Amino acid sequence: MMKWILVAVMVGATTIGEVLQAAGMRKHGEIHDFRPGAIGRALAVLARNRFVIGSILAMAISFFAFVKLLSISDLSFAVPVSAVTYVMETLLAKYVLKEHVNWLRWAGASLVVCGVALVSL
Amino acid sequence: MTPDAARLRAKTWICTLIVVFSNAFGDFFMKRGIPDSARLATPMEYVAVLFHPWVTAGVLLLVIWQMSRMALLSWADLSYVLPVTSVGYVVVALIGKVLLNEAISNRRWAGILLIMAGVALVSTGSVPSTVRRDP
Repeated sequence: MMKWILVAVMVGATTIGEVLQAAGMRKHGEIHDFRPGAIGRALAVLARNRFVIGSILAMAISFFAFVKLLSISDLSFAVPVSAVTYVMETLLAKYVLKEHVNWLRWAGASLVVCGVALVSL
Repeated sequence: MTPDAARLRAKTWICTLIVVFSNAFGDFFMKRGIPDSARLATPMEYVAVLFHPWVTAGVLLLVIWQMSRMALLSWADLSYVLPVTSVGYVVVALIGKVLLNEAISNRRWAGILLIMAGVALVSTGSVPSTVRRDP
């Protein structure tokens, strides 16, 4: 039972964290300048971006849930089960982030989920 | 392909390579660095383990991983980044085979092929970004 609660926390937190990260970076806009000074300035701006702050909190929760999960189950259970996030994040990308998910992206995401399960089981 | 689209595609490929390799080698260094005897029962043990050279290198790579992923998401869709960066699972399996002499079973090879097929579909079949972004 504990195992499935941790899986739910990990999948939920990862999904929320990565969708918030994508939303925050879209709000920030395309990064053009990769010189160290410009990267430092971009990081200073991002540190005040609410979506980015939220994504870091969510990913921290997901990380600790993952470590705790590893202590009561095998890596070969924890990694494939985390592939569920691909499906949930693609759904949220379409309905929340309003991305145009064409059939090639759906097919690609589905193949990846099956592949991850085979590689890690 | 317009010069702008070609530039975006090249930038996307370079950034994807950095995301994939920093993630795969970051995980590998962490696994290699944390001794099996480490119990990580107290916060102090977590801090102490960070000063193992392999773990320090792993953490630095994972910081680069998150920063390059954020850069990639600043111009590419989440539904593009997710499948394309999953090629990392393949890199991890190959690192295990080459550096740790782990065997790759037929089932794992089948999984690697499926992941590569998925990555190929998404990376060649759609442009990185489908939404308008503020400059």
